[in-house]
Amino acid sequence: MKITFPHMGKTYLPVKAMFDDLGVEFVVPPKNSKKTLEIGTKYSPELICLPMKINLGNYIESIEKGADTIIVTGSCGPCRYGYFVEVEKEILKDLGYDAEFVVLEAPNGNKKEFFNRVSKVANTKNMMKIANALKNGIKVLRKLDRVEESILKLRPYEKNKGEMDQLYNALIKSLEKSTGTYQMAKVIDQTQENIESVKLDKNREILKVGIIGEIYTIIEDFANIDIGKKLNELGVAVHKSHTASGWIFEHLFYNNIGSTREKKVYKAANPYMKTMVGGHGRETIGNAILYAEEGYDGVIQVMPFTCMPEIVAMSLLPQIQNDKNIPILTLIIDEMTGEAGYVTRLEAYIDLLRNRRGKHKNEKMLSWR
Amino acid sequence: MKIGIPRGLLYYYYYPLWRKFFETLGAQVLISKKTNKKIVDNGVKNTVDDACLPIKVYIGHVMDLKNQVDLIFVPKMMSIHKDEYICPKFCGLPEMVRSGIKDLPQMIDTTIDFHKSKKKLSKTVYEMGNYITKDRKKIDFAFEKALKEHESYKVQIKNGMLPIDLEDHKIFKNINLHRRKVKILLLGHPYNIYDAYLSMNIIEKLREHNMDVITQDSFDTKVMNEKAAIMDKKIFWSFGRKVIGAAFYAMEQKDIQGIIYLSSFGCGIDSVIADIIERRTRRNSDKPFILLTIDEHTGEAGINTRIEAFVDMIKWRGKNENNFSTYGKNLSTR
Repeated sequence: MKITFPHMGKTYLPVKAMFDDLGVEFVVPPKNSKKTLEIGTKYSPELICLPMKINLGNYIESIEKGADTIIVTGSCGPCRYGYFVEVEKEILKDLGYDAEFVVLEAPNGNKKEFFNRVSKVANTKNMMKIANALKNGIKVLRKLDRVEESILKLRPYEKNKGEMDQLYNALIKSLEKSTGTYQMAKVIDQTQENIESVKLDKNREILKVGIIGEIYTIIEDFANIDIGKKLNELGVAVHKSHTASGWIFEHLFYNNIGSTREKKVYKAANPYMKTMVGGHGRETIGNAILYAEEGYDGVIQVMPFTCMPEIVAMSLLPQIQNDKNIPILTLIIDEMTGEAGYVTRLEAYIDLLRNRRGKHKNEKMLSWR
Repeated sequence: MKIGIPRGLLYYYYYPLWRKFFETLGAQVLISKKTNKKIVDNGVKNTVDDACLPIKVYIGHVMDLKNQVDLIFVPKMMSIHKDEYICPKFCGLPEMVRSGIKDLPQMIDTTIDFHKSKKKLSKTVYEMGNYITKDRKKIDFAFEKALKEHESYKVQIKNGMLPIDLEDHKIFKNINLHRRKVKILLLGHPYNIYDAYLSMNIIEKLREHNMDVITQDSFDTKVMNEKAAIMDKKIFWSFGRKVIGAAFYAMEQKDIQGIIYLSSFGCGIDSVIADIIERRTRRNSDKPFILLTIDEHTGEAGINTRIEAFVDMIKWRGKNENNFSTYGKNLSTR
């Protein structure tokens, strides 16, 4: 049994470490590329959202490399993510690929079946061993998320341009070579320290922008055409409202924990959206409001074309824009999105934010009379 | 008191229930006009571009009503069956209506959520009735009456009538149901296929070609649920379960000659369900399948052409189009 899994941001590194710990054979799918997307688009239904197209591309590329079992997480709607697997099964069957799916979820609340599936993938019945590997894997993912968060926050301030990119690229390279969670955690900790000690120029006028929207397009830099780096280069500090580690928690444990941040988000969203709308529609609304209240200069919503929950959220954003006095830009992404047009829109938006900030400053200066 | 019910989305399933309920409570019910160009245009103007056509049309219907009524009925229908949803856009419908339209009258935006159980049913009914009367007995009575109306409506549908025939109490021309030889299964959201304007009257068009149209609503629920259970994972959309069940059932029926799926552009559920149905139909049966996608730009001529081509194909099948005669034999087998 050779296991493979879909890409989502840098999750493949902790997953790889976990499988190393467990001693499972696996194939890391080739990095997301134009070819991945092309394969995915070719065989997917026309109007399905971008995440599935990329996922399908990942699977096919992995299968060609020898994988025969695909593990994914599940969900129970109403977002169509939960039904991806069924469509993908049909497609792979029609294409003549012989791959088995293992969905990590408890079907109809059947916990035993869930443990069966987990132990099948992990190749051991020892639950302690699995829990340990999982715990360490999530630890690595959290550390990695923290590194990325710091970079997005600090990169626009760095004195010598490119320093952080260098550190980050070196980190990813060494992580790809290292085996096991223990080794990875050590490397990441070292990089975190290095990044925090990069020389900064705090006098720069840096804008702050929050990214909201659909979780896959936020986390996967291939899908959002590396929006974080692009904004950093325009002199904007970025905060992403979703992280991969948060997502893993939610999907593996069905999020009964209810973190404090989440409660805050729901509370903020309440005047506009009282119930869930599937996916992360409610979180999008709540985060937009929180970012506005935390004094961010702007908020950008990214989402795949035809994403249902985000369309609901999108139709409420103009209200928030007026009520909270914060400009919100919506970027819709699909396989046809061109980078140049995308960058132009970002630049125009950042110009607007800069002018806005400047205007407020001048207002203060002119108020002498 | 005047209550407005927009003629959109799940109206075609529940209007006898809704109308009877509010009328028995003593309110005057006003239903928006049949979908027309103005309603579609108004809806398109006041909704985000990426919303699907049915949502846009619904907003248009609300616009049609808003200056004529005291209350507008826009329920937040999240789930109507256990462990199932309808669609994310239904979960946020009142919010979308509110953000799209200014100066709305008061809205009856009761949350209908039976995802965990139907325990909340009576509470939900009281919440809706409270807009008109506080008398619980009256509400109970009205709901009971409405439910009866709904049941008889459901029986009529199961007997082969379509909502499009029953609307406006039309004395139906086709008393002799199933008199036509060819049967076609028309699949799609009720708000697409039963709205004569959106569907470009596809049902009547097929009937003109002498085809009997049945939809996912004409089948027995039990049979459909059994068929839908073939899927490895339970379908968590009520509509999706129904349609997949109907399609799988139809694949095995000899008297059904073809399947048409009418989908609206950008519909997330259709993108999944239609693809599964298409692949399974092609793999497991010899029935022709066509996917028609509509949006606010669709021209009627294009749809007509595709329907005609589909109908022609089915007719030719009956005439042994694949029969190539051997040398010296007649070309036609008839």
